[in-house]
Amino acid sequence: MLGKLSWAAIPLDQPIPLFTAALVGVVTFGVLAWVTLKGWLPYLWREWITSVDHKMIGIMYILLAMVMLLRGFADAIMMRSQQALAFRSEGFLRPEHYDQIFSAHGTLMIFFVAMPFVIGLMNFVMPLQLGVRDVAFPTLNSVSFWLTATGAFLVNISLVVGEFARTGWLPYPPLSEVAYSPGVGVDYYLWSLQISGVGTLLTGVNFVTTVLKIRAPGMTLMRMPMFCWTTLASNLLIVAAFPILTATLAMLLLDRYVGFHFFTNEAGGNVMMFMNLIWAWGHPEVYILILPAFGIFSEVISTFSRKPLFGYRSMVMATMAICVLSFTVWLHHFFTMGAGADVNAIFGVASMIIAVPTGVKVFNWLFTMYGGRVVYSQPILWSIAFMVTFVIGGMTGVLLAVPPVDFVLHNSLFLVAHFHNVIIGGVLFGAFAGYTYWFPKAFGFRLHEGLGKASFWCWVVGFYVAFMPLYVVGLMGMTRRMQHYDVPEWRPWLLIAAGGAAMILVGIILQIAQLAISIRRRKELRDETGDPWNGRSLEWATPSPPPSFNFAVLPSVEGGEAYWGMKQRARQQAMLGEEPPYADIEMPRNSPTGFICAFFATFMGFALIWHIWWIVILAAVGAFATFVVFAWRDEVEYAIPAEVVASVDRANRTARGETLALSGTPS
Amino acid sequence: MRHGDQDENSHYVDTAPGDDSLDGYEAAEEIRTYLIGLVLATLLTLASFLIARTALVWEPSIPVALAVLAIAQMGVHLVFFLHITTGPDNVNNVLALAFGVLIVLLVIVGSLWIMAHMNRNMLSIDQIMQMQS
Amino acid sequence: MSAFDPAVGRDGPNQVERAQGSLDIQHSTKHAAGVAASKRIIAGYGFWIFLLSDIVMFSAFFASYAVLVDATAGGPSGRGLFDLGNVGIETACLLLSSFTCGLAAIGARKRNGFWFYGAMAATFILGAAFLCIEIREFMSMIALGAGPTRSAFLSAFFTLVGCHGLHVAIGLLWLLTMMAQVFAKGYRADILRRLLCFSLFWHALDIIWVGLFTMVYLMGVTQ
Repeated sequence: MLGKLSWAAIPLDQPIPLFTAALVGVVTFGVLAWVTLKGWLPYLWREWITSVDHKMIGIMYILLAMVMLLRGFADAIMMRSQQALAFRSEGFLRPEHYDQIFSAHGTLMIFFVAMPFVIGLMNFVMPLQLGVRDVAFPTLNSVSFWLTATGAFLVNISLVVGEFARTGWLPYPPLSEVAYSPGVGVDYYLWSLQISGVGTLLTGVNFVTTVLKIRAPGMTLMRMPMFCWTTLASNLLIVAAFPILTATLAMLLLDRYVGFHFFTNEAGGNVMMFMNLIWAWGHPEVYILILPAFGIFSEVISTFSRKPLFGYRSMVMATMAICVLSFTVWLHHFFTMGAGADVNAIFGVASMIIAVPTGVKVFNWLFTMYGGRVVYSQPILWSIAFMVTFVIGGMTGVLLAVPPVDFVLHNSLFLVAHFHNVIIGGVLFGAFAGYTYWFPKAFGFRLHEGLGKASFWCWVVGFYVAFMPLYVVGLMGMTRRMQHYDVPEWRPWLLIAAGGAAMILVGIILQIAQLAISIRRRKELRDETGDPWNGRSLEWATPSPPPSFNFAVLPSVEGGEAYWGMKQRARQQAMLGEEPPYADIEMPRNSPTGFICAFFATFMGFALIWHIWWIVILAAVGAFATFVVFAWRDEVEYAIPAEVVASVDRANRTARGETLALSGTPS
Repeated sequence: MRHGDQDENSHYVDTAPGDDSLDGYEAAEEIRTYLIGLVLATLLTLASFLIARTALVWEPSIPVALAVLAIAQMGVHLVFFLHITTGPDNVNNVLALAFGVLIVLLVIVGSLWIMAHMNRNMLSIDQIMQMQS
Repeated sequence: MSAFDPAVGRDGPNQVERAQGSLDIQHSTKHAAGVAASKRIIAGYGFWIFLLSDIVMFSAFFASYAVLVDATAGGPSGRGLFDLGNVGIETACLLLSSFTCGLAAIGARKRNGFWFYGAMAATFILGAAFLCIEIREFMSMIALGAGPTRSAFLSAFFTLVGCHGLHVAIGLLWLLTMMAQVFAKGYRADILRRLLCFSLFWHALDIIWVGLFTMVYLMGVTQ
């Protein structure tokens, strides 16, 4: 009846997961009870859960990423303290538990922190920058989000019910085959990634279509803000790379569930084919994450340097070059598998070549700042920290791209230090820059500056203290994923690294405090203008927060940096344009389709993990029925009356006029 | 002047993939397109099956011939059934297709190349297992 | 765009109703065309992108098959297993169904019910026939002891061909849903958009089948 599920699945003998789960359960229940008692459930359902508004979905993505960041960081701090303690001793984590922690840490940080964070920012910003009212397929967008949330939920369920994978963040066979990992851990990994992978793929399809087919009048491709270009490139990579992940994980699932022989040791299976395919997805994946961050830095650096982005065209070329080149370097993740000198040499050279467009970008950012009047606010602090940190990470990356060096450093902590250097220093700093930069746009008030800067310094210093020692112990020969060790020379470095993790913890606490205090002081931090940073692209032309329809009338774009141009013209003529005639706006209706799909996907995933086949069938039928019901509806849009549009836009125009200090503003 | 004014006057013409860009939908004309596609595809399929079974062709050339015929038939399907053309209204569709084809080629050719080299240079898993036992 | 596209005119939130920014001073009329495409183009293009991603997924299965084709582990190889006669019939079914699917698209555009339902039904029968033959082939192979668990080659074969078969099965389910939708709702713009996507899907399946019968079956018996 319940497949493999029984009371034995609850780890009653392990205090750490049980305590954590109890805490999370109490907090979740408390929040739910509070929301219910306050009578906010209908509001939540109406305005958030069923919303197909790209802004709401973007905010929910970022919220998901932040909550998962806390979980992933909890894993990180356990790993760092384990390695600090486990010198010639067992430490406080048993090996099977430690293995789950590093696997969960990697999986969560890549798939449920970095991915939702950048996708959330793209969701929120990209349609605003393009000057349009929503993405190409709004309901699909909601489905994407809820499927991603389902994946994250399943990973966290594994904390209490059963176990998580002990195979690392990529489940290399034969260890991940059923012969060596008979438990449900790998199945949790596989099904959460398959479900959230579908969501990510649909996002890719949605955003590529949006950028290529829906833009404001006059917004030609070469007038798009840099962030839209990197969004396009990143989503092209999603569309091209995620199907490979789906196929590869499907093969592993077939091996595990029905005894196929893709990656087994027996019957001709080929383990190395898994490495080959997973990295054919895995390498583009790192560019899926970093390209949007590059876009964010381009926007931030240009805005806070009060200058147009230096070398826009070369930036576009570099972005698209990376987009294609990222598919030609995947072998550098497994130089040591023995494909031979010729294959290794070609992929090594390709890996070094891909550093060139990235270098072009770094110089462009430097030249953008050069001669500008740089305003050192939070977003640009993150950007500057990124440039320094990412260049170091990039150089260690070029080192690792040299096959003979890689043979020495493969699987060492040097590698771990390298990819944290580029992912924290690149993706996460980029996400934080974007978070502080667009927060006032999303909520109408700024984040507290002092706490933000304090948190910034904790993060940056903490990062260097935590990861530079790992380079050193890596060069000393320490391999990754060690539960305990006996080499006294490593010990001091690992103690320092644990101290760095503690500093990052302070940074995170300060960020939470910053958010809480900013919400409490939102009146004094309020942004009345809609343009708090003197921005250059169209999202700053809307009120903060933007109305559901974004733009009362779709803006007409006359050149690059559309909103900057509009402000310049208004200043020259000392007045805003004439009030446009307002018309009714048709917007897509909210839909619970995404949430209901995710509901069925959750049950299906859980039942597949535990082999409860009747629930699988029921959930599949339910999901199909949901789609049919969705397809059958007649009313897909509702109209916002012209008077409402007019009143919103008139308030916005008044604020603009005051900001630009125009005298002859027509009312 | 910073960037991007040359696209200004490129008139925005576009067609959905699968839609015929011909003006005026004459059903007879469209059916003729599908019929031509059907005939060409049938001929190419027949040729493939014949070559695979015949002893008349020099044997090592057969896989190459089959690959060429398959690619030709895919082209026939794209043009006559999916109406993918080289016209200006199809630029986006063709670019997306080209990107997809590039990725498909990289994945298949790259995997074959890497794995062939590995198999040549390394012991197979069976041999390793034998050495262990 | 075609004159037959009913989507024109009422075209959703991003349609350009007026080419002037509310905050802008310029009275611009030269961009009246706008960059926002019609809903039919947006839906078709989005689905086109999805199809390309689906083909990339198949390319991973193709790559695995090509790498594992010789890993028979002492079991049977393609030469002894494949029956080209069957494959020929399957190919004919799928090719003809692609043709009838095109006819159904024309029928829908002409609002000709007889034509539309007839061509859709023919497509369904041909697709179902294809699926039946494929399932029978799989059954007979399993009965011979050449099931997917026998060797890596057979695992890759069943996965690659089975994944295509699964797509055909989903396509048949979609086809029935589309017929029911047209029956219940008529030739509405959003339903015609879905029909466009469906026919794209069905034609793409045929293209994948071309790669499949060439690489798996024809090359399998010649090698």
